[in-house]
Amino acid sequence: MTSPNLRSAYGASLVRLGKKDGRVVALEADLGKSTQSVMFQAESPDRYFQMGIAEQNMASTAAGFALSGMIPFIHSFAVFSSGRIYDQLRNSVCIPNLPVRICGSSAGLSDFGDGKTHQGVEDVALMRVLPNMTVLCPADSIEVEKMMDCLLDWRGPVYIRINRNDLPFVYPPEEPYSIGKVTMLRDGSHAAIFASGVMVSKALEAAAALASEGISTRVLDVGTLKPLDRDAVIRLAGGVDAIVTAEEHSVIGGLGSAVVEALRGVAHAPVEFVGVADSFGLSAEGYEDLLAHFGLTSDAVSKAVRNLLRGRKK
Amino acid sequence: MANADEIRRIERIAWDLRADVLRMIGVGKAGHLGGSCSLAEIVAALYFAKMRFDPKALGDPCRDRFLLSKGHSVLIQYAALAELGVIPRDEFGKLKTLAGKLQGHPDMMTPGMEAVTGSLGQGLSIAVGMALALRLAKSPSRVYVIMGDGELAEGQLWEAAMAASRYGLDSITGILDRNRVQATGPTKEIFDIPDIPEKWRAFGWNVSSLDGHDVGAVLDALDEAAAKKGAPTVIVAETIKGKGVSFAENSAAFHNAPMTREQYDKALLEIEESRRRVQ
Repeated sequence: MTSPNLRSAYGASLVRLGKKDGRVVALEADLGKSTQSVMFQAESPDRYFQMGIAEQNMASTAAGFALSGMIPFIHSFAVFSSGRIYDQLRNSVCIPNLPVRICGSSAGLSDFGDGKTHQGVEDVALMRVLPNMTVLCPADSIEVEKMMDCLLDWRGPVYIRINRNDLPFVYPPEEPYSIGKVTMLRDGSHAAIFASGVMVSKALEAAAALASEGISTRVLDVGTLKPLDRDAVIRLAGGVDAIVTAEEHSVIGGLGSAVVEALRGVAHAPVEFVGVADSFGLSAEGYEDLLAHFGLTSDAVSKAVRNLLRGRKK
Repeated sequence: MANADEIRRIERIAWDLRADVLRMIGVGKAGHLGGSCSLAEIVAALYFAKMRFDPKALGDPCRDRFLLSKGHSVLIQYAALAELGVIPRDEFGKLKTLAGKLQGHPDMMTPGMEAVTGSLGQGLSIAVGMALALRLAKSPSRVYVIMGDGELAEGQLWEAAMAASRYGLDSITGILDRNRVQATGPTKEIFDIPDIPEKWRAFGWNVSSLDGHDVGAVLDALDEAAAKKGAPTVIVAETIKGKGVSFAENSAAFHNAPMTREQYDKALLEIEESRRRVQ
């Protein structure tokens, strides 16, 4: 039975990949209990490398592993796995297009207590702009497992955003999976919500609430933020009167930006972003409290849909 | 001890490599002359004497790895790879042009390159990853990584130094090109880093110090480093930036500067004369 906890699903998946393929190695920067890379350490201690609190060295060391035919997974909090090692990822990893897997754990606001320094709401923007980088943001544990199973054969570097907490199951377990896929979780004709990560379940809640008001809403899980399937976005954004994007990330450079980039040059319904409004995080007593503080709720999503549809009628 | 014939052979190659660096840069175009010339004997000793490297089998898993952490000196590596037939010499005239394959810093699009380096401080970390992977594969390969003394200011390099000794990576030989001049002036004036051998020792490394233009000493030190077990070794090579070109020696002005026709002709003449003097 899959745990609803994304970190646990990540750790278990890493163990599974390690058993299947001897090229898998894991590197950790003293956050193994948080990232759950310790699960891999327990199973494959000879292929687990504690690099100490030295993320930059860890990133370039991973490049050395990849240049020697291995598939290294490196671990830290998303804020460090993207920003602190940006230059190492850019130069050591992305320019030579190496199969390094970067786990951005405790992503977004999910490390709710630790505040601004430990909450990563800019990571998608940073990783998306790097040529050759693939950027993944799973919505639940099932999607974590499905994504991880793609990572032995996927070409080039991959950044995978892992939420710290339990999230509701939303991904259909039997649904065939591939990186790059935009998955329709609910169809509708009035509005389309493109969501990623924790906001996928919020978008589904919003769609249920809107349905009771007679508003039919399509919900799309954009697990792969890059490469984004542009044709799928254009097709799935068609035929509706409102498009909303919902992400646990800055409204600058993340899913909202990616969707609008995809829709450029084609006529489309008006778009609204639900995300963190160009701000750092904050310490909070609980995850849901913090999401609510930054307006990342199902109510905020349904309100964005209603506002767009109201504007349309004027 | 390296024998006299072998030393002379490597010395001649080193001067040939310097002449090729000069030809690559040419007249009126900027190129990293200084830091390439300080490395000529070291690069010649590695590629033409000590490294397990078959130019016909670049992907051989048992090859030794050459990493130029101070990637801006890549011209001297291009010269060596051209001498070995890995890079066609007609690429020299297309250096740093859209028509050529020779980039301004090490890039995998050039045959024979092992990594992307040049954003300073990253090469030793890459070496650590390679050495750990080679150990898992039970490979006999060694990893050679060349660093600059200005580069020692990069914090990541010391993270990597700690990791290499933490994991006892005796397959790594670090070579510090101690030419004492960085991009904008003497290292002593720009950012003085005292007690360099002591620092490496404190980080758990074996250290040897030598004259980086003394081929016999370089060859012997490379052998000694390869024989050391349990810890990595760094060779602190005292060198002269711009070695062999009188107006460029010990000068930050020719870290990366264009030469006039007169300067170019004089430099080539001096290098050819030095090569002739090798008996």
